[in-house]
This record gives sequence, C-alpha cells and structure tokens, in this order.
Amino acid sequence: MIIKLFYFARLKETLKYSTEDLNLPDAPMTILKLKALLAKRGDVWGEMLMGKLKVRAAINHELVDDNAAVSNGDEVAFFPPVTGG
Amino acid sequence: MTVRIQTEDFDAGFEISQLHKNRKDIGAVVSFIGLVRDMNDGDAVSQLTLEHYPGMTEKSLAMIINQGKTRWNIADALIIHRVGTLQPNDQIVLVAVSGAHRGEAFAACEFMMDYLKTEAPFWKKEATLQGEHWVEAKSTDDAARARWDTGK
Repeated sequence: MIIKLFYFARLKETLKYSTEDLNLPDAPMTILKLKALLAKRGDVWGEMLMGKLKVRAAINHELVDDNAAVSNGDEVAFFPPVTGG
Repeated sequence: MTVRIQTEDFDAGFEISQLHKNRKDIGAVVSFIGLVRDMNDGDAVSQLTLEHYPGMTEKSLAMIINQGKTRWNIADALIIHRVGTLQPNDQIVLVAVSGAHRGEAFAACEFMMDYLKTEAPFWKKEATLQGEHWVEAKSTDDAARARWDTGK
C-alpha cells in the first residue's frame, strides 16, 4: 500500500522532511508500527518518533492514537503536541 | 459558522458585528482575542512564527464549533486564527459566539478556546535573544480542556 506522510513543526525541521510518499508491505499497519518502522532510518528519526518527546498523529486530518490502523491511500501526519491560540 | 486561517490581521469589531447582523434573536455576543506577549516563561520574545496543517486545521476548528453548538444553545460562532510571523501585541486568534443569552455564549466561547489550544494543529516558534525555539505544550492547557469532560 502507498500512504502520504506529512511532518510538522519540530519534526519537519529536524527530519528535514515535510512530506513523502511511502510504499508499505500489504500487512496490517498501525501508527505505532509505522513510527517504529520510520525510527529505523537512523538516530534523529528514532529520537523524534520513538524518543522522549511526545508525538501526535493524524490520519486523514483526524487526531488518532498509537493503535489506529493505517490503510492504503491514507494521509498520515506526525507532529508535536499543538501550541496554537 | 466562519472558520478562517490567514496571515493578515483581522478587525475584531467588524467580524463580531457579522455574527449578529440582521438578526433580532441575538441577545449576547461573547468574544476572546489572543495576543502575542513579549514575555514567555521568563524569556523576552521578539517574534512569533505560527505554522499549521492546511486542510486539517480548518476541519478541526469546524469540528470544535460543532461540538460547542451541540453542547450549548448558541446561534453562531466564528474562529479566525493567524499564521506566519507575528510581533508582540499582534492579534493571533479571535473566537466569538452569539446566542440568545450570555451564559451559554460565555461557556461555549471558553470551551472552543480550550479545545483550540489542545486540538487544532498549530505550532508556535518563538524568537528570543537566545535564538529560536518551538514552544512546548502546557499541561495547564490540557487541564483546562479536561474540565469540559465531566459535563457543562
């Protein structure tokens, strides 16, 4: 399956990615599994996605938790806790 | 309902007047304006940059207004949030709620602001004398939002 990924704020800056298309094996995928997979890319990825800092995720523009399932064609975003207002 | 994300400033008086224009059933309009302060956690702030998630932000704010409309008997609501680079004293956000009576409008306005602070995908970066840094989310904002979980 193919998903579209977005990164925002500190994640975007540190990972030096704002968006990418990712090809994944056609197996059940959750947000937690996806983070673990991306963390394998190296130091800064592990630190940003599986480290001490809180990361929030959205699937198709809706906030979700670690157990949410990712499906083909989804738009997934990772970002720090929000600080607007 | 009005939801707008914009870089330019807004005229709060004009925006608020739109909420009760040509309506004779509105008895109360409650509004909140958030401004950039020149001091945060002891650091002098010279500039603030706001980033957001286009697409999700608009949906998230519309959902917050709808939740407010479900919980309270209000007529209409608007949220305008600025993004981009802002200076101390600049307006950041306007939340305004109209209704027949003040009680419901006050509560709905505070609810929407508490939800915006914890749910809407905006991120602030501050420029201080020590350089630039991302603003950390505050647990007090989570607590403010959690108040609404137990009922009105």
